[in-house]
Amino acid sequence: MIKSFLNKLGFASAPFAGGVTPDMCKWTEDSAIEDCPLPPLFIVPIKQHIGQACTPLVQVGDLVLRGQKIAKSEGYLSVPIHAPTSGRVLKIEEHAIPHPSGMGLTSIFIEPDGKDERDSSLTPMNNWQDADPAELRERVRICGIAGLGGAAFPTFIKLLKDKRHPIETVILNGVECEPFLTNDHRLMVENSAEILHGLHIIMHMVGAKKAIIAIEDNKKDSLLAMQKVLDLADSDAISVASLPTRYPQGSEKQLIESLTGKQVPAGKLPMHVGVLCQNIGTTKAIYDAIIFGHAITDRIITISGDAVPKPANMRVRLGTPMRFIYAQRGLEKFDNIQLLHGGPMMGERMRHPDIPVVKSSTGLLAINNERMKAAHQVEDPCIRCGHCSEVCPVSLVPNLLADHCRNDQLEKAADYNLFDCIECGACSYVCPSHIPLVHYFRYGKGQAAQVRREQSFAEVSRLRSEGRDIRLQREKDEKAAKRRKVRDTLRSESVLNPENDKKTETTSNTEGKK
Amino acid sequence: MEQLLYATLSLGAFALIAGIILAIASKVFHIEGDPLSDKIDALLPQTQCGQCGYPGCRPYANAVAGGEADVNHCVPGGERTMLSIADLMGVEPKALEEEASVPVVAFVREDECIGCTLCIKACPVDAIIGAPKQYHTVVTDHCTGCVLCLEPCPVDCIDMIQKPELLEHWSWPLPDTERAQLGVERRESHHD
Repeated sequence: MIKSFLNKLGFASAPFAGGVTPDMCKWTEDSAIEDCPLPPLFIVPIKQHIGQACTPLVQVGDLVLRGQKIAKSEGYLSVPIHAPTSGRVLKIEEHAIPHPSGMGLTSIFIEPDGKDERDSSLTPMNNWQDADPAELRERVRICGIAGLGGAAFPTFIKLLKDKRHPIETVILNGVECEPFLTNDHRLMVENSAEILHGLHIIMHMVGAKKAIIAIEDNKKDSLLAMQKVLDLADSDAISVASLPTRYPQGSEKQLIESLTGKQVPAGKLPMHVGVLCQNIGTTKAIYDAIIFGHAITDRIITISGDAVPKPANMRVRLGTPMRFIYAQRGLEKFDNIQLLHGGPMMGERMRHPDIPVVKSSTGLLAINNERMKAAHQVEDPCIRCGHCSEVCPVSLVPNLLADHCRNDQLEKAADYNLFDCIECGACSYVCPSHIPLVHYFRYGKGQAAQVRREQSFAEVSRLRSEGRDIRLQREKDEKAAKRRKVRDTLRSESVLNPENDKKTETTSNTEGKK
Repeated sequence: MEQLLYATLSLGAFALIAGIILAIASKVFHIEGDPLSDKIDALLPQTQCGQCGYPGCRPYANAVAGGEADVNHCVPGGERTMLSIADLMGVEPKALEEEASVPVVAFVREDECIGCTLCIKACPVDAIIGAPKQYHTVVTDHCTGCVLCLEPCPVDCIDMIQKPELLEHWSWPLPDTERAQLGVERRESHHD
């Protein structure tokens, strides 16, 4: 009661440390999800998740079906890639992917045949309640599901039933705290029953007894919709939590802190405090994989921003080029427009619209340059106001950290816990001097990773060089030993029969030549 | 007189005990080799290229530790290596004599290779595979770009090519704001 009273007064409005409340601009919250038509050409990159890239399984000219595996995963931290529709493989070559570097990656180009036939090799698992969690987990893996909240971490890894770290609570992350994005919001309104079903499947897989569906209070209709299906299900184990709107509450560790008061220690995972977080879209994808046997071939994307004439939420096939999607919403000219992949806080700038959408594409924003005001082109000196430290959700000191990163003092930056930064952008957002703080942290992290790579390469080189020295020494020793042996036998022979002396000498000469 | 005796005895006994402890400690915590040159060796990039004028990274580390060589001779290590060695040795940093080039790796044009194995013998990290009268090839992942294989090749069939940039190894550049550049300029002017 005290808490709710404080809430009303506006005091207890920061359930996790720091955070900001930007203008949410949720212009598309009332627009129902529309299906995006099939583009004339799909471009499917062979890596759409965090981890190792996949190996293509198809060849140019092959006919593929929707949901057919077209690239197989390599290594543990990886999930396979599936064809977004039925059609023919046109070519396999490098193409730009949604990545801040603007670099390319091998992609499979598929020309749709318009029939959109599905691959039905995976059968539905309707009696999942009796299924072994490991079997369900394998299904989630082969369906290519990776976290659809933006990070695209292979989902099956999180769904491990581990005896040492039992999961007590599953948190369904419906926070969607990034401005503009409304894809999870709409999914909760339109597919609430499926999401609840998916949540039950997840709870069965990890053996959790409790679940919380966390939704920020700026999504009243989502809250109502989820509460409604929950009332029908009549389950005590699951509850809906309404959280005050605050960025970056959707970040896993911040959400756990808000809901349970537990802090996930640095370098640890939510499972170490007995929690599993799942995104709404991912939960729906898990539901589709188990109940229908559908591999992930589409996702909901919010297309918004002031340069988009008709903002909307769309169900888009993975591999659809951004230019085609923007064209669906009436945007065809891209002069004086900045394109963002993801939300405005953490999203990455795209250099051109000829890039396909992937599993991590939460939103496509197009914002006029005037509105962006080239925000961080002019960087003023730090005035030590301390706002950045106040809003940092992981309690860092961004201004000092940025100084160290700028001046390549990587060890000092590490001392200031650079690697705990979640790159949420709250510090850059509040900075009155427009210092691109997060950009400096990304630079620092990249440099530190480079140093680590060089060190490990140097270590390998050192071992190889030492190994070579040892080998050369051994070869030299062996040669010397051989020579000594020959000399010894010769000497002993010449001692035994001195008349043969001349003959053996010639033999030793030939030995030497060998 | 008695006090003097006690004082001498107790101090003597204390010295004896301390001596025994020190003797044991020097045996138990004995370190083989030269710890300083080990530390310097760990900072070097281990290309074994010999650009410093010594036959490899280890000899250069020994020379720096022995005070025979300056801290600024490692070309591939660049400024970062020079600074950390200077820091370790407690001496003033010195400007590098040569700029480090972009990372390169050796590439054998196999059509022209005559299979003489001379480059294999020259490679300090055993990164070239081949046998007499067989094409040789470079294991790109292990090549340090030291260029030691170029000189012995009798048919000049080895090229140094730029190391391919991997997507996973890409890192963010500094922001292109004026103040970001200022930091770089200040650091450079500091060493001039």
